[in-house]
Amino acid sequence: MATDMTTMTKDTILRVEHLSMRFGGLMAIDDFSFEAKRGEITALIGPNGAGKTTVFNCITGFYKPTMGMLTLHRSNGREFLLERLRDFEINKVAGVARTFQNIRLFSGLTVLENLLVAQHNVLMKASGYTILGLLGLPTYKNAAKAAIEKAEYWLDKADLTDRADDPAGDLSYGAQRRLEIARAMCTGPELLCLDEPAAGLNPKESLTLNALLRGIRDEGTSLLLIEHDMSVVMEISDHVVVLEYGQKISDGTPDHVKNDPRVIAAYLGVEDDEVEEIEEKLDKGIIEEGSV
Amino acid sequence: MEYFIQQLINGLTLGSIYGLVAIGYTMVYGIIGMINFAHGDIFMLGGFAALIVFLLATSFFAGIPVALLLLLMLLVGMLMTGLWNWTIERIAYRPLRGSFRLAPLITAIGMSIFLSNFIQVTQGPRNKPIPPLVTDTYHFGAITVSLKQILIVVITSILLFAFWYIVNKTPLGRAQRATEQDRKMAALLGVDVDKTISITFIMGAALAAVAGAMYLMYYGVASFNDGFIPGVKAFTAAVLGGIGSLPGAVLGGLLIGLIESLWSAYFSIAYKDVATFAILAFVLIFKPTGILGRPEVEKV
Repeated sequence: MATDMTTMTKDTILRVEHLSMRFGGLMAIDDFSFEAKRGEITALIGPNGAGKTTVFNCITGFYKPTMGMLTLHRSNGREFLLERLRDFEINKVAGVARTFQNIRLFSGLTVLENLLVAQHNVLMKASGYTILGLLGLPTYKNAAKAAIEKAEYWLDKADLTDRADDPAGDLSYGAQRRLEIARAMCTGPELLCLDEPAAGLNPKESLTLNALLRGIRDEGTSLLLIEHDMSVVMEISDHVVVLEYGQKISDGTPDHVKNDPRVIAAYLGVEDDEVEEIEEKLDKGIIEEGSV
Repeated sequence: MEYFIQQLINGLTLGSIYGLVAIGYTMVYGIIGMINFAHGDIFMLGGFAALIVFLLATSFFAGIPVALLLLLMLLVGMLMTGLWNWTIERIAYRPLRGSFRLAPLITAIGMSIFLSNFIQVTQGPRNKPIPPLVTDTYHFGAITVSLKQILIVVITSILLFAFWYIVNKTPLGRAQRATEQDRKMAALLGVDVDKTISITFIMGAALAAVAGAMYLMYYGVASFNDGFIPGVKAFTAAVLGGIGSLPGAVLGGLLIGLIESLWSAYFSIAYKDVATFAILAFVLIFKPTGILGRPEVEKV
């Protein structure tokens, strides 16, 4: 069967349908639907408080959505409803990994150990749930060796090889961010969700990060990222979804989104000609200052 | 001088037992931040499990070699006690995880009372004696070292090494340390946190069971009440060493054992418990983090 390469690489990995999340009287996410394609970098952007992190928390099991379906399609054809999985199954079974806006490394463990914890399930199985591992069986030794090799591979990618045995808490901020991504990758995810990976990085670190993310995509892992900084988003993403007040206002290629008047309005507050209108109204006293 | 060394040896033996129990307190505290007050009674259960194995084995297989008998007492005791602690965690503590901080503490005290009463009802309130299993003693001048003291210290050392190896070198131990630092993050990396916590309870119980069996062998009696005073002493040891710190638990256990036997030898045996608990009070007032404990870092 002749398969068209473009449709091969463009099938859906994550489908979010009619997602709603209510906190008491606040509708944080209101009927939000989008799709992330396999092998792409999908960016979820929007002003502060738009609900981006809430969407992430729904995808990774922190919140149970009030309504909606989150379907993950694995490359082996299996499908999972993420909202029905237990917290550790989202990674173990569905192959979704995530990072946080505020770094959550195991700061007391070494850099290498952080990467090995991420390979826990493989190692536990190989060690016969510890008991056989204590006997020093060759299957476990091989698995342990493979785990360390995988960790070393990602250490190299994240440019942390010489820090492998230092406590993770001793790394610089930028290095911790890279380690967090490396750790997520060690779980062997199909979908990697990054919550503001570029936040707080200096321009040089930001460039290294972009290269790292592109490398991850080119190796076949799909990425979903929240980003604030439009320049980063336009630089690396294939597909952009814009969220404002819990609703989707735009969805498409970076160029499409960049020129979408609703997006511009959301980011700048209002459009240029509207600014003049509002100034006039303020002058005439129709609306009070501070209400805009 | 001989008297002093003799007391040191006695204290070391007792301290090994306290240390093994203290590890259970400290591990559970480390991983879920809760003081498992039923742990002393788990230690008592371990003693009874060993006692029952002893009675069954000696009545069905008269003339069973002592070494095999001891091994059986330890292994079956570890298994049974591990099962008990797993069950307790599953039905009494897990449903309360994420509840307010006092809830699991209150349940733990409830479980402690339940266990000691359960044993009192099913096994009777009187002390249960067993004949001395290991009677050999060795004399070095005026110093007497009994084989059972050597056994206790050797078994404790082997277990501590095995335990240290599991926590520091195996994937399971890594998962335990990760869970201790950030439970939610560990889950997001695919670690089954509930299972890891269960295993922690089983490991703590297994060590307490060994301590219980050795306590039975050392003193020759088991009582439903054994969980209380030795249990609280082991807890004192965990606090003294720095709760949450594994080497601290062992160090604390040894110190408490030494203090107890030296106090009994040079001051008054009637006040030995007062001395131990005075230490608990002093540590809590002047150095709440204990000898090897780290001040708690605020998690963000």
